[in-house]
Amino acid sequence: MIVADQKPIEDIKKMLRGKKKVLAIGCGTCVAVCFAGGKREVGVLSSALRMSTELDGEPVQIDEAIVQRQCEKEFIEHLGSQLGEYDAVLSLGCGVGVQTLADHYPTTRILPGLNTKFMGGPTEQGVWEERCQGCGDCMLEYTGGICPITRCAKQLMNGPCGGTDEGGRCEVDPDTPCAWFDIWERMETLELQDELMQIRPPKDWSTSRDGGRRKIVRKDLQKPTIEDDN
Amino acid sequence: MDDTTTYEPQIIAFCCMHCAYAAADLAGSSRIAYPPSLKIVAIPCTGRTDMGHILKSFEDGADGVLVAGCLEGRCHFQSGNLYARQRVEHVAELLDQIGMQSERARMINVSAGQGARFAELANEFAETIAALGPTGLKKKSPPREIPLPEGKTE
Repeated sequence: MIVADQKPIEDIKKMLRGKKKVLAIGCGTCVAVCFAGGKREVGVLSSALRMSTELDGEPVQIDEAIVQRQCEKEFIEHLGSQLGEYDAVLSLGCGVGVQTLADHYPTTRILPGLNTKFMGGPTEQGVWEERCQGCGDCMLEYTGGICPITRCAKQLMNGPCGGTDEGGRCEVDPDTPCAWFDIWERMETLELQDELMQIRPPKDWSTSRDGGRRKIVRKDLQKPTIEDDN
Repeated sequence: MDDTTTYEPQIIAFCCMHCAYAAADLAGSSRIAYPPSLKIVAIPCTGRTDMGHILKSFEDGADGVLVAGCLEGRCHFQSGNLYARQRVEHVAELLDQIGMQSERARMINVSAGQGARFAELANEFAETIAALGPTGLKKKSPPREIPLPEGKTE
């Protein structure tokens, strides 16, 4: 899932300065399950902002809305008729949700209420950790399902650096396990250590964050058209 | 409020029905006074208390919100009161951030037999809130909520 965190109230208030009527829109998908932008969080944040702006003497009317998935236009289309009455929309979606709203409603001011952090998951109750950086060329098959690009501070490809302590912790932060220490242990469990000894070609980074936004086109899923030569 | 009336702080108390609610009841039947402006909302467990419930109480005119649960380690549902404490602490931090005083939200723990203790803590809280005075918020109509389109669920 995409993991996000709410912006500080002060930062949101700065964005709302001068606005009279704002619609806070939450998202019922990733940010709802990481407790950053679901219906409940929209209620709490909106309530806090209403009270705070009133106490500041510049009250902002903040209404509340929730959509099931803010990153797809089909799920936000029904809001179109309502947005005209608002000075701005405060999106509690991830960066994708904010941009989908902004692209779909270009004449409405769309403001981000969250800081989108990473792709990851919960490791224990109330704790989320990054697990994927979307490099576009997954190598988890060679590393026992542990991603060295995400979990190694240096993104090393060929084993640990000299900064791993005896307990398998990274020198960057003693709370961070060394990804390559974990990879070796996992491969040992799977009895696949030999695979780590194989020489592999350099990783193809052209699929990663080099050429601006990335895109996937699936012709089998696109809207079909009648071919001319029919 | 005009000057001739005495300010009486409005307090909402979310009381667990397994302990604090019974304690409040016991205080009443034992004729131990606690503030009449304290309005009790019975809940199945303080773990049911949502941060939204507390904040919306303030928006609806409460000057203070008390969350009253079982003694720690004695929750009817094992850990509901511990979760409630964390939420109340979070709300208290939020209150500071938005220009209200964190003292306006408080968690207390009492057993069903501690009627006098409930009254003591409720009176103490009412004094704290009275000293802080009104929140300065005016009661307004509730915000508009735009639901999901028909047939869609979260």
